[in-house]
Amino acid sequence: MSKLGDWLEQRLPIAGFLRKNLKEYYVHSSINFWYAMGAIAFVMLAVQVISGIFLLMYYVPTTEQAFSSIQYMMREIPYGWLIRYLHVVGASFFFIAIYLHMFRALLYGSYKNPREFLWMSGVVIYILMIAIAYTGYVLPWGQMSYWATRVIISFLTVIPYVGDGLAQWLQGDFVVSSVTLSRFFAFHIVAFPLVIFLFIGIHIVALHVVGSNNPEGVTVNAHKKPAKNLRKKVIPFYPYVISKDLFVVFVALALFLGVVFYAPTFYGFFLEHINQVPANPMVTPSHIHPVWYLSPFYAILRAVPDKLLGVIFMFLSLVILFFLPWLDKSPVKSMRYKGRLSRGSLCVFILSVIMLGYYGMVPATDTHLFWTRIFTVLYFGHFVLMPIYTRIETCKQPPELN
Amino acid sequence: MVVKSKSRRQFLKFIVSSLSAVGALFAFWPFVKSMQPGKKAQSTSSPIAVDIKGLLPNQKIAVTWQGMPIYIIKRTENQIAELEKKEPYPRDPDSLYSKQPQNSSNDFRSLNKDIFVVVAICTHLGCSPTYKPEQASVDKDWAGGFFCACHGSKFDLAGRVYKQVPAPTNLMVPPYYFPNKDTIVIGADKAGDERYV
Repeated sequence: MSKLGDWLEQRLPIAGFLRKNLKEYYVHSSINFWYAMGAIAFVMLAVQVISGIFLLMYYVPTTEQAFSSIQYMMREIPYGWLIRYLHVVGASFFFIAIYLHMFRALLYGSYKNPREFLWMSGVVIYILMIAIAYTGYVLPWGQMSYWATRVIISFLTVIPYVGDGLAQWLQGDFVVSSVTLSRFFAFHIVAFPLVIFLFIGIHIVALHVVGSNNPEGVTVNAHKKPAKNLRKKVIPFYPYVISKDLFVVFVALALFLGVVFYAPTFYGFFLEHINQVPANPMVTPSHIHPVWYLSPFYAILRAVPDKLLGVIFMFLSLVILFFLPWLDKSPVKSMRYKGRLSRGSLCVFILSVIMLGYYGMVPATDTHLFWTRIFTVLYFGHFVLMPIYTRIETCKQPPELN
Repeated sequence: MVVKSKSRRQFLKFIVSSLSAVGALFAFWPFVKSMQPGKKAQSTSSPIAVDIKGLLPNQKIAVTWQGMPIYIIKRTENQIAELEKKEPYPRDPDSLYSKQPQNSSNDFRSLNKDIFVVVAICTHLGCSPTYKPEQASVDKDWAGGFFCACHGSKFDLAGRVYKQVPAPTNLMVPPYYFPNKDTIVIGADKAGDERYV
């Protein structure tokens, strides 16, 4: 190393830090495609930050100019359309990556001892993502932006006695107005991102303390160089895993840019048609629904025919994720070695999330409500019955590291 | 003596940390308060006068007061007769848990039987219900009223909520008065009453 490099390394050991966390960070060689989702999420975060900074240069957070400033940027600024679509499609791809990342955790038991804290910090990041997505969705000030804000702030009014005052405090006015728009702007670009960066840092530090899980569920010491006979089973993160991650990231980026260039609104799923109409406080659109990634929770809200209970169940569907590490009583981690009940329940759970997502986007007719209620019960059933079915099923013997 | 100094240290730790916590809470207070509605938001809540001379039965005038959509409608004789029956509205037929001015606490939730003034914000999650005065325009038993398409809440022509819908209470009635036959003032109970609700 050069003299200058040595001098710097003694004062700020960057190379040593990278070596310790990449080259001398060991994982099991069974980790597969699912383990690249975190890397995709990380890249999508970078896309959001960079495209967001450039959006900031033209966006004006007032009710008079919010809608037109975005339209102006998309039509008149060179590549303004690209920057905006990168941000819009990026949000959806960020959620796709995170949902696959979470599915991986469910599939291979990545939330189980000793990774409970890692899982919980991830749930916090997910909830912050929802908050950022929601506050960001308000900013274009279209019809759906406005009415989604009205509906979501109204959730607060279910709280007895203080609810109405709390809603007024949050929106800074008697109704959703320009004041609300500018403070949601502050939340979206400064407050929530700062907190999410903090928690992403915590998430990565927590990962490197306990080490990565793997589909076989075998315990690997992430910080100890493996013995000679284990070198094919336990591999360093750099260069083996990182090169695999990079390949998957490039495939994901190709898909992402394909959508950005050829179907940026993704048929109304990523950018709703009704949000291309400026906000009108006098007229509610005949059918309002959230973007696809929040749709299952909205379906749960509508499934309950009581205002307070509906909001409670909607929040419970998120909060219950924190308790997952203690609900799973199985002696094994990975679905590969769990019994039929766990596998079946996970399949039913995934099906119910997808179906709730569908029913959250279609009008609430009686038939739709009937099925929404069935799938809401199945959603919660997966968690509530978990301590029972993980105890009574017979698991296969997972392999040992040797 | 060692034990004594240890408890002394613990006491100091407790005092410093608890006072810091109280101080932090006080420091936080201005920021919390700064998010409340300011003067500008309050000033837009002053009463508004609306000309209702041309309002015919089954018609609606939509205005904005406090940034909220307000509907002024005129009911027909049949609709008024229908409102006197209370049976289909078990949730809050007497508007005991709903918001309306004292002088509108009657079966019609209005000063006059024909003119009805209501805040067009669904008490469920804040969508604007649609005015549907025609019979059977929402379902076959529909007697006329307000329908919220967002989550399917139904209200009658006095803004009273029907059963088996998500909205918990009746639509809110704002304070208003008639300075003369053709004018309505929304936002005050009587002339010179500048308070806002």
